[in-house]
Amino acid sequence: MGDRAATLLGAGRRVIGLPPGDDCRIGLDMIPVRAVEEAVATHGERYLRRIFTEHELASCRGPQGLALASLAARWAAKEATIKVLQPAVGQPEWRSMEVRRIRGGACRMELSGTAAALAEDAGITSLALSMTHEGPYAAAVVFALCGAPGSARSGTSGRKETTDA
Amino acid sequence: MLDTTHPYEARVRQTLADHARLPVDVATLQVYDDLFQSGMTSHNSVNVMLALEEEFDIEFPEEMLQKSTFESIEAICTSISTLTLSGDRP
Repeated sequence: MGDRAATLLGAGRRVIGLPPGDDCRIGLDMIPVRAVEEAVATHGERYLRRIFTEHELASCRGPQGLALASLAARWAAKEATIKVLQPAVGQPEWRSMEVRRIRGGACRMELSGTAAALAEDAGITSLALSMTHEGPYAAAVVFALCGAPGSARSGTSGRKETTDA
Repeated sequence: MLDTTHPYEARVRQTLADHARLPVDVATLQVYDDLFQSGMTSHNSVNVMLALEEEFDIEFPEEMLQKSTFESIEAICTSISTLTLSGDRP
């Protein structure tokens, strides 16, 4: 922490910063749950299979059927990830950005294919994901830590390491 | 340049009116107007894509699932023409 930051924060307070040379990106997205509900009602399986992976669909299925708010949160997570990846042209395939539910109920974002390639180009070394839904809306935030372009670590099965926020 | 007699334009406009949920009247849009700048969300562009597939009995391949494919009426008509002419039509 530099002297200026110490002055701004006041004596005795600490701030945790990024390692030297690293950068970060943040993506945020929000969507009305109703939008996903209407898409499912209108396009059914074609919509679900085009956007979501088997794991995502399984994660959102319960005794009452598909949890539409959870699906909406996953859509928001994919959109937030695109904002982090900042593709110059085009966008990654929807299913190359997968929300994985991990032990304890937390979720992480895993990339493959076109999304993983974009992350590699951007030097993204790790991602953190947080999702929420409340009433009529669902939202997600994705945080990316970046090193130099091409410095991304290889994750399991070629995917980027991710953690839940 | 696309003229107003493009064989797909009327059906594309109707699909947009039904699925794009634009805050403006689709009939007032020029063929080169940017649909995203006109208020089409990313999610609604997916709705439009799926509706176009049904309307024209086509399937957009992965490489065409880009914003640029759906950014204007002209772009959509051109994409549909490409798919139907390339024999991708099922």
